[in-house]
Amino acid sequence: MATTSKDRPSPAAGLPVQTQDTAALLRELVAHLRQNRTQLREEWARRITRAQLLTAMTEAEIFAEATSVYDNYVEALETGTFEALQAYSRNLSERIIPRGVETHEVVGIVLLLRDVLARSLFAKYHEDFDKLNRILDAYEPAANRIANTVAVGFVQERERIIRQQQEAIRELSTPVLQVRERLLILPIIGVIDPQRARQLTEQLLRAIRTNRAKVVVIDITGVAAMDSNVANHLVQTVEASRLLGATVIVTGLSPEIAQTLVTIGVDLSEMATVGDLQGGIEEAERLLGYKVLPLEELAPKG
Amino acid sequence: MEVPILKQGQYLIASIQSALTDADLSQLREALIERVGRFRARGVIVDVTALDVMDSFAVRTLRDIAHMARLRGAETVIVGIQPEVAFAMVQLGLTLKGVATALDLEEGLAFLDDVARERVERGQGPIDRGPGHRDRA
Repeated sequence: MATTSKDRPSPAAGLPVQTQDTAALLRELVAHLRQNRTQLREEWARRITRAQLLTAMTEAEIFAEATSVYDNYVEALETGTFEALQAYSRNLSERIIPRGVETHEVVGIVLLLRDVLARSLFAKYHEDFDKLNRILDAYEPAANRIANTVAVGFVQERERIIRQQQEAIRELSTPVLQVRERLLILPIIGVIDPQRARQLTEQLLRAIRTNRAKVVVIDITGVAAMDSNVANHLVQTVEASRLLGATVIVTGLSPEIAQTLVTIGVDLSEMATVGDLQGGIEEAERLLGYKVLPLEELAPKG
Repeated sequence: MEVPILKQGQYLIASIQSALTDADLSQLREALIERVGRFRARGVIVDVTALDVMDSFAVRTLRDIAHMARLRGAETVIVGIQPEVAFAMVQLGLTLKGVATALDLEEGLAFLDDVARERVERGQGPIDRGPGHRDRA
């Protein structure tokens, strides 16, 4: 902290480079904002509506949110601490993101508030230009930091939701299906990255346990490309399944993948492979002792 | 802690109840191999359901048990490996190659019955002649 020069004797608590002078100015500013609370937040809500921001919300809602944002804003200015504001902006984002509020709207309303407040300061101090300057010097950094906090909170919340949804998509994308007693099918579609391979294996192992599976058919018809990493994941999955007492049959290796695997020299000798899913299921049924017959052959003769 | 070894027909069942030290594992190996001969067992089941971690020594000991028991005429099956343990094992490259595995005790018994039946089919002599009967083979 720059506190060595004479005119800045000691830092006040809160904002990084705050002198007693700015602290006093901020106090005055906060008092001004408190005094004109009703009028300023009405003005702000009006500006929001006029700028056609937050169209997903009703006017009453905008006004209610504007009030709490305003109060939190003033509090952050007063105390110089941003935790409460951070928590509030996360909470607010959580509520408004599902309603389709966009990043530019959130940034927009915070900048509008900044504008509204700055204008009121101009109006109040326009006769004392020097004072206005000093007030703005105190106000600007704090206001910028507040805007930053709110916008970052919003974006972080959005990213959290995106991550959550990615996770959900991942889980949906690897269903483990039981087609017969003790026979599971795992159709893999799309790209296998290490994370997905890991999750896939975990899911399969759990399914083997709960369904008491003896045979698993992994169908990779939907896997476009395979490199040595993916192949090794596959081998690991097969081995882990075997440790749980289940036999794995891999089906649907395309000609390209077959060529790649042989060319890069992945050892798949431990793996049972069958051309297509149908063949794989037939092989699995044979291992389990099933035999599927047409109905005529089962009907009593004569 | 000593692992109890139960005799069930022609099979021996060792059910591990808690984490074992290396010494315990070696002791288990020796006891099992000795008893395979004493009880004329045709199958050995090692139940590891209670283990939530398996290191390289444990895996090697299990593999040794399987190979040694086979030399003494008994087939071994490891049962009850937890999904997480299985996953960790393959990541560490500990894959119990050449050792039979099954989901749980029930599956392990079914597996050993299958092996015994195959032996009969291959003409290696009947297997179930009741307790105490001396096998000529």
